[in-house]
Amino acid sequence: MIRPILATLLLAAGVAFITIAGIGVARLPDVFQRMHAATKAGGIGTSLVVLGVLVAGGVAEPIGGVLTILFMLLTLSVASQLLARAAYLSGAPLHGLDRDDPLAGVLDRSGGPVDLATDLPQKMSHECRAGVSRPSPSRRGAGRPRAPCDTGSTRSTPAPGGPPRNSTQARLMHG
Amino acid sequence: MTMPDRAAVAAALIAVLAVPLALAAYRMIRGPGYADRIVALDMLTGVVVSLAALTALATGRGAFLDIGLGVALINFASTCAFAAFLERKPGPR
Repeated sequence: MIRPILATLLLAAGVAFITIAGIGVARLPDVFQRMHAATKAGGIGTSLVVLGVLVAGGVAEPIGGVLTILFMLLTLSVASQLLARAAYLSGAPLHGLDRDDPLAGVLDRSGGPVDLATDLPQKMSHECRAGVSRPSPSRRGAGRPRAPCDTGSTRSTPAPGGPPRNSTQARLMHG
Repeated sequence: MTMPDRAAVAAALIAVLAVPLALAAYRMIRGPGYADRIVALDMLTGVVVSLAALTALATGRGAFLDIGLGVALINFASTCAFAAFLERKPGPR
């Protein structure tokens, strides 16, 4: 008798967590806060729903549900850490910091400064623009000099055929 | 007091899950950067795993739980791959 009530409570709590996570993903102002909502609330909500299904019983082979819960709890944090690092390195805007960027000297950030959310197309620095607009005899010359700010991160490898000339070509080549 | 049928409970919760599905789809379409869309993909796969689990509850077939496990595996691999692509991407965003 207690088991269907417990299962229904777990399912309702899980769906409520997922709904709150969806509201957070839609409404929070920048990437990292959206990731905070999606990873933590979404992960615990999904785990609660699968656990509720397991508690309810009546499913033929429930081992897949146990493995799903274990796998999600193990991997969601790893995936969100990787994604947050990539988003920071790629220069996603940060909103709502009440002091300076604590990772300012630690990771090389290729985007604009903190709280630069409005003028997105003009995020390349002056050195980069000067390096890109340098005249070159051939479009795909091998010995073309690298733009000074081409390295987005410490582990980024230069594109074959030199750095992209502008953002449109970068998007065509890599996007 | 009679407990409601488990298929009815599962159907009602599936209907409620349309709300976060729509919100994540909104972020996927709207979201200004690549990272926003990857976060929306993460959220969408979480909703899909829950939908698969609720479908398993409604139908009593354990294979839907295995579908959820497969979607969770693909979610992890795709998020790691997209993060690697985003980290190596030159240019703005």
